[in-house]
Amino acid sequence: MDSASIIEWLRPDWFFDLTVVSDEYNRGRYLAGLWMTVQLSVISIFLSLIVGAVGAAAQGAPSRTLRVLVGFFVAFFRNTPPLVQLYFFYFAIGTVLQITGDDGRPEPLVSNFGWAIISLSLFAGALNVEIFRAGIEAVPKSTVEAAEALGYKRLQIYKDIVLPLAVRISLPALGTNLVNLVKTTTLAYAIAVPELLYVAAQIWSEDLNVQEMMNVLLLSYVGIVAILVWVLHHWEKRLRIPGYGR
Amino acid sequence: MDVRKGEVVCIIGPSGSGKSTLIRCINALNDIQSGSITVEGQEVSDPKLDKLELRKKVGMVFQQYNLFPHKTALQNVMMAPIKVLKQDRKAVEERARALLKKVRLEGKEDNYPGELSGGQQQRVAIARSLAMNPDVMLFDEVTAALDPETVKEVLQTIKTLASEGMTCILVTHEMGFAREIADCVYFTDRGVIVESGPPATFFDEAKDPRTREFLSQIL
Repeated sequence: MDSASIIEWLRPDWFFDLTVVSDEYNRGRYLAGLWMTVQLSVISIFLSLIVGAVGAAAQGAPSRTLRVLVGFFVAFFRNTPPLVQLYFFYFAIGTVLQITGDDGRPEPLVSNFGWAIISLSLFAGALNVEIFRAGIEAVPKSTVEAAEALGYKRLQIYKDIVLPLAVRISLPALGTNLVNLVKTTTLAYAIAVPELLYVAAQIWSEDLNVQEMMNVLLLSYVGIVAILVWVLHHWEKRLRIPGYGR
Repeated sequence: MDVRKGEVVCIIGPSGSGKSTLIRCINALNDIQSGSITVEGQEVSDPKLDKLELRKKVGMVFQQYNLFPHKTALQNVMMAPIKVLKQDRKAVEERARALLKKVRLEGKEDNYPGELSGGQQQRVAIARSLAMNPDVMLFDEVTAALDPETVKEVLQTIKTLASEGMTCILVTHEMGFAREIADCVYFTDRGVIVESGPPATFFDEAKDPRTREFLSQIL
């Protein structure tokens, strides 16, 4: 590609001739895709946080079996590609989990949207387990001891002392993982969940406007992630303790 | 070793001689390997011991203050009575404010530990322990992490407590303070109590050669 065609490619005309803006049908598809991506992101973030908190608590449990199980879970989801996990859920487990529909033919028990949510939540959740655990371990033992000396029970210490401090320590790493999770929602494309990338590909293959749709796609994700980062930043700011960590 | 109500006892000795271990056994933070400790008729080495009940009677102040960094000074003092003793918040707050005043931290109620100096943090820690109305207070080298100017304000607080009749057991390196405040001084070395006695006789007429050597090094 010579320099003239690079300039051609960057020419702003494309932003003014977008079928997602001018064409009502495409606009509807684009907004539906955007809404789907937002749903995937928000639900997966929420569930992955629960998976992370429960997993981290289980890893600190006295039961060895429980700790080993959580260890396997984390290793499985951390050491395999998320796309392979998604295929595994959709094609391997999805074809087994079927019920007989009204017309007598087998129907999947979980929709492709459902599998995307499950897969993404477990994937990000496994990493959240590690992030939360690191946060819990970083709470000084002496602080816990002070609570013990005051007569606190184990669970009270966990709830009132360890968790509030661990969350603060975990936040930066958690933010990185959640931003990655939002970007990983594009994998749902592979099992035909009509999210942003999926609808963009539909539009560009019909309208032959690949470059424009690429720009739209990139800007959309910049926007979505910016909102998430803004939320996380404000959360971090609200939790900041004057004079702590200096 | 026997500590009577209202008595002030200081434990001194070289590093690693078991001073801290000894007082940490008193509120069951360390497990007792052999021997026994009785607090107010309660056997600490009893495997059926209710640790929570014991710890309500025994207050402890640590070398590194160990305040809860995400709570203000006032909240640090109020938390345990509310959460552990289930006392009424209003009454606890009143008492907590009075305690902070007593350790001369009026006006610092809403500051977080990170905004306070070491000496101030340590005084919050003392107030936090006192809020539980303990029968005994344990002080584990509470001035060791402080700079010399702030040591005095913490020692002053302890002195006030002692003069009010609080039973105190202190592990300390402040010999002058031990001499001034203690009813009895214990010297530990290599895990055993070597010698003990009232400060006047202990510091001036130590009998054991190990005690004499230790004292000659630091006095």
